[in-house]
Amino acid sequence: MGAELSRHVKRNLVAYIALLPMAIVVIFAYLGTMAWSVRLSFSSSKLLPRYDFVGADQYLTLFDTPRWLTSLGNLAVIAFFFLLICFLLGTLLAIFIDQNVRAESLFRTVFLYPYAMSFVVAGLIWQWVLNPDLGIQHTMHGFGFTDFVLDWVVNSEMVLYAVILATVWHGAGLVMALILAGLRGVDTEIWRATRIDGIPAWRVYVSIVLPMLRPMIITSLVLLSISIVKMYDVVVAMTNGGPGTASEVPAKFIMDNLFERANIGLATAASTVMLVTVLLVMAPVIYSQYFRKSGRAS
Amino acid sequence: MIGMKQMVAVSVIAIVAATGVAKAEEPLKAEVIHWWTSGGESAAIKVFADAFNAAGGEWMDNAVAGGSAARSAAINRIVGGDPSTAALFNTSRQYHEIIGEGLLNDIDEVATKNNWDKVLPEPIAKAVKVDGKYYAAPVNIHMPLWIWYSSAALSKAGVEKPPETMDEFFAALDKLKAAGITPLALGGQRWQENSLFSAVLTNVGGGELWKSVYGDKDEAAIRSPEFRKVIETFISLKPYVDQASPGRNWNDTTALLIKDEAGFQVMGDWAKGEFKQANKEIGKDYGCIPGLRPDSPYVLGGDVFVFPKTDDAEQVKAQHLLVETMTSPDVQVKFNNLKGSIPIRADVDMSNLDACAQLGMKIMSDPARQAPDASQMMEESVYGSVQDIVTELWNTPMTVDQAVERFEKALKG
Repeated sequence: MGAELSRHVKRNLVAYIALLPMAIVVIFAYLGTMAWSVRLSFSSSKLLPRYDFVGADQYLTLFDTPRWLTSLGNLAVIAFFFLLICFLLGTLLAIFIDQNVRAESLFRTVFLYPYAMSFVVAGLIWQWVLNPDLGIQHTMHGFGFTDFVLDWVVNSEMVLYAVILATVWHGAGLVMALILAGLRGVDTEIWRATRIDGIPAWRVYVSIVLPMLRPMIITSLVLLSISIVKMYDVVVAMTNGGPGTASEVPAKFIMDNLFERANIGLATAASTVMLVTVLLVMAPVIYSQYFRKSGRAS
Repeated sequence: MIGMKQMVAVSVIAIVAATGVAKAEEPLKAEVIHWWTSGGESAAIKVFADAFNAAGGEWMDNAVAGGSAARSAAINRIVGGDPSTAALFNTSRQYHEIIGEGLLNDIDEVATKNNWDKVLPEPIAKAVKVDGKYYAAPVNIHMPLWIWYSSAALSKAGVEKPPETMDEFFAALDKLKAAGITPLALGGQRWQENSLFSAVLTNVGGGELWKSVYGDKDEAAIRSPEFRKVIETFISLKPYVDQASPGRNWNDTTALLIKDEAGFQVMGDWAKGEFKQANKEIGKDYGCIPGLRPDSPYVLGGDVFVFPKTDDAEQVKAQHLLVETMTSPDVQVKFNNLKGSIPIRADVDMSNLDACAQLGMKIMSDPARQAPDASQMMEESVYGSVQDIVTELWNTPMTVDQAVERFEKALKG
């Protein structure tokens, strides 16, 4: 085993040397700062980092802060609907485009275009569209439909769905592109065979094609999940967490405490909670994606 | 013929003399980090820059957009050991921790020379003086809780004179509502909702309650019927705000008054800039109400410059020159006229100030009515929690009991 390992290292020496700078950056700049944040979450740091030890005080305060709990709840709602709708919509779009429609490249561009925009722009656009003073409601009132109400961004109960709408609009195109790429890779022989057997198309998709696209599906789910966890800019641009705290998200809680409220201890505690959550959610995915496969190959 | 030796000697002397002269004329360089980037603000800070340059300095402007971004930049540079000469902060506790860590130079020398103990209003002096030493130079006083009104909107609704008490205020709101005008213009952002709450607290509760709840964090005051009344009054303002309020910027909100589409707005004196830009006149098109009770407190907010620690004698000299020029009476008047705030000292020529600023100066001259801004009475993290409560109180059906309980926990905890 040891001999095999050293032979392996020798053979790939150049590759390892090439990877070294990146590895150093990851270890020090990435993992290092992560460890530092976790360390600070156990301190009483306010404006400046302090290196005392206050145990789990910051965590106790954190889970006693209504705004943090609201943020977590909001994130759960956003995560559920965003993942579900984005994935279903993206997949359906990909399947429709895959039916050899006319002007396919036009549709592809149109659907993928939102993804080329930053979250800030997406948030601003939807803020304007849904703003009762400027957007659709205003226009409809101008047309004479004065009973028309579309006040999602200013309505505490609907604001989360406005955020979901904007993020789905932004992200569905990416799923579409990934799945479409996968669909194009499916052997036409499979389609021919199922047609001979007389299997309905939806059944082929559900039972044969989609399972074949497992890597694409996992990739798009991972990408979507990442954008959920770091969801910040879209909320800031669209609602700034309001009305009240109705659309607060954890990343915004962290940023506010870090930069505006001079509360580094609490902010790092919150980011540690997010880190642990992400690790818990991602671990099984990463495991199934990479380790199991490589295990099978060797 | 002059020998080689003499020639060398002469030229050496010449060079030394030249550099000596250059050294004496070298201006004192001062790099200043601030966040005043809007039209009126940058015109205002240019007054400082010009005055400093005229006094033999060289102003190096380092504007960072956004208050918290600018403060983070200043703090990062201080902690990183490469501080600027001066940095802008709000008159609050934002900079008290860096004083505690010994990262700022005190400016006691200039302060004593200029008799700050006498000149500055007490709440401002308290905010910049730590452990008996002055650490920050206040440059302006903003009163964040003015009540602005549109004269046309009021007269259209049949409100004959601007309200002077809370009851008259509510009567005016009702009339505006009946006339189909948005009675109270509010931008539904956390800080604006908090301004409205502060205005209710100072005008319904009064200066004593303001100081005992936010300053002393006195449990009895928080649980008192007076504070409950403040919360109730705040809640009862909800129906007077238009539906599109959430998330609206303060200047878009002021625009509603400029267009006579709304009656009142609670906003700091920087709102004047918006009216001025729209060519509106004080007294004719719009007006300012400092408070709704004869003894309403005049809340003193504003901005200060701090001076990061350095041993470089030139830099210390530059820091002192900055303080001198920025707080001198005529620079104060010129600067504050552009900034919309009022000067930090009463010994200035007031004839150049606008009507609202003159009214403010007059009220501020009574020490009994001076009150510190909420951010001077508590740490930023505590103030943040207070603002969270206010915004939830405004946007959710929270009861008065729940609100009192949460205020107590946030302020005491």
